[in-house]
Amino acid sequence: MSDLIELDGVEKVFEVRRKTGRLRREKREVRAVDGISFRVPRGEMVGYIGPNGAGKSTTIKMLTGILTPSAGRLRVAGLDPSRERTKLAQRIGVVFGQRTTLWWDLPLYDSYKLAHRMYRIPDARFRENLDRCVELLDLASLLDVPVRQLSLGQRMRGDIAAALLHDPDVLYLDEPTIGLDVISKAKVRQFLRDLNAERATTILLTTHDLTDIEQLCKRVMVIDHGRLMYDGALAGLHEAGESERTLVVDLERELPPVQAEGARVVKVEGPRQWLAFPASASAAPLVAHIAQAYPLVDLSVREPDIEAVIARMYDGRPLY
Amino acid sequence: MAETVTERRPAPGVWATYRMIAGMWIRSTLAYRASFVMMLVGNFLVTAFDFVVIALMFSQVRSLGGYSFAEVAFLYGTSTTAFGLANAVLGSIDKLGARIRDGTLDTLLVRPAPVLAQVAADRFGLQRLGRLLQGVLVLAGSLLSLHVHWTVLKVLLVPVMLLSGTAIFCAVFVAGAAFQFWAQDAAEVQSAFTYGGQTLLQYPPTVFAKDMVRGVTFVLPLAFVNWLPALYVLGRPYPLALPAWLAFTPPLVAAACLTLAGQAWRVGIRSYRSTGS
Repeated sequence: MSDLIELDGVEKVFEVRRKTGRLRREKREVRAVDGISFRVPRGEMVGYIGPNGAGKSTTIKMLTGILTPSAGRLRVAGLDPSRERTKLAQRIGVVFGQRTTLWWDLPLYDSYKLAHRMYRIPDARFRENLDRCVELLDLASLLDVPVRQLSLGQRMRGDIAAALLHDPDVLYLDEPTIGLDVISKAKVRQFLRDLNAERATTILLTTHDLTDIEQLCKRVMVIDHGRLMYDGALAGLHEAGESERTLVVDLERELPPVQAEGARVVKVEGPRQWLAFPASASAAPLVAHIAQAYPLVDLSVREPDIEAVIARMYDGRPLY
Repeated sequence: MAETVTERRPAPGVWATYRMIAGMWIRSTLAYRASFVMMLVGNFLVTAFDFVVIALMFSQVRSLGGYSFAEVAFLYGTSTTAFGLANAVLGSIDKLGARIRDGTLDTLLVRPAPVLAQVAADRFGLQRLGRLLQGVLVLAGSLLSLHVHWTVLKVLLVPVMLLSGTAIFCAVFVAGAAFQFWAQDAAEVQSAFTYGGQTLLQYPPTVFAKDMVRGVTFVLPLAFVNWLPALYVLGRPYPLALPAWLAFTPPLVAAACLTLAGQAWRVGIRSYRSTGS
């Protein structure tokens, strides 16, 4: 049994009461998660994506034991999360991108000392893990700084370290790069790659940033309206979504829309034009053609936006 | 297959968790020393004002509901001490609603430690000792000035009453917090029973309407915090003509209340819904 995460027909139904009159209330059921099944073997790094309100966070909360599923079977590291929540807590690490688990008014190191005591980490192991995180996440100069004085990127790195001191088997990351600058993002990604390679830590990652997925995950799962719409390689997701990249070209002057094979102009603003072309195609011939036929000043290529990919991908039915 | 590297040890218990979290909060408040001292003094003064009101009344009248100043001070001291202890231990549990609303309860739920202990120790502050200190002082003063024929039973009943009373107030705090899983803005309702209950018990039962006294005896058993045992110590009959042996039942009532509150808490946490993100 090497599947660390197992879900079989998991559902979560919320009952929502809405005011419809002065006293009258209407009860309505919202199926936040509507029958999801998947398995994640040990050591896999999976991207879990979907639009806002798709059911990502609800799934993660059931996997951590915060929420009790309404139906279905759920196991993480062989444990039933909601029934064995405190036991499971020893085996998982959780990073909520939007809220910190660190102690606001105390030096960063104090939060780690608490983890040391609360998770009952053997001293030598704690030292070793902390030293490693401090080195790889560049925390040495921050340990004495009160958390409230840390920047967002520094705090995120601090949070990731806090989630890993007890050697979790599974790491859940909820938007780990949200709001970070390019350098911080790169640091965090490199760290996660190393962690996954060296410790075989299983990582489940939710994100809005497609680059996170591209650089980290071989497998991606897409959820919408509480259902799993796609489960497979990232490349397949692009095909399924017929996703398009955008070439932005700055011409010398205002010109009628550029004519180029395999691309279409989607927007014109003065001398600047936006061309969409399939994500699977190379940009080189397109650029060469435009550079030859038009007075080109500058250009840039934009990767497809994950929301757009997903939006185009389906009209409400699973694709596989 | 990579084996689990560390051996997983059992989660820390309730008290160990409480001490850890409370310790973190004490260090956090000490980061703002001046504010801590002001809070401590403020807490003492604000709660002491309750007693000043009673003292002012007695400057105009000789007795209140048939009770002397020393007797009312005894009720006040027992009620405030029991409540002060409960409030010091888990007073900020009524902030649970706020933690549910802003979603930060989630971060407590993923730690390998009992949530009740974490929530109880949440925002723990030594300034809460201000209220307790004030109650203890009034109680000590009343014991010195009371004209009571002390028996062994009466002497023993005083500490039993204080501990049971603390437990009953703790149960009310926990039950109120459990209720916040369904109604996150119920902190005010809870305050009515905790702070309100404490104030009610500072006065003799004879000044209240019979129905009120019935309510806090049979429905929400606050009367067992101090009224029933204290009236036995003072040698006074209970207004509802209840048998005198009820004065010795507070430990049983407290145990029942704690059990019920614990059940409510477990049900509450299982029905926790978390926030949208």
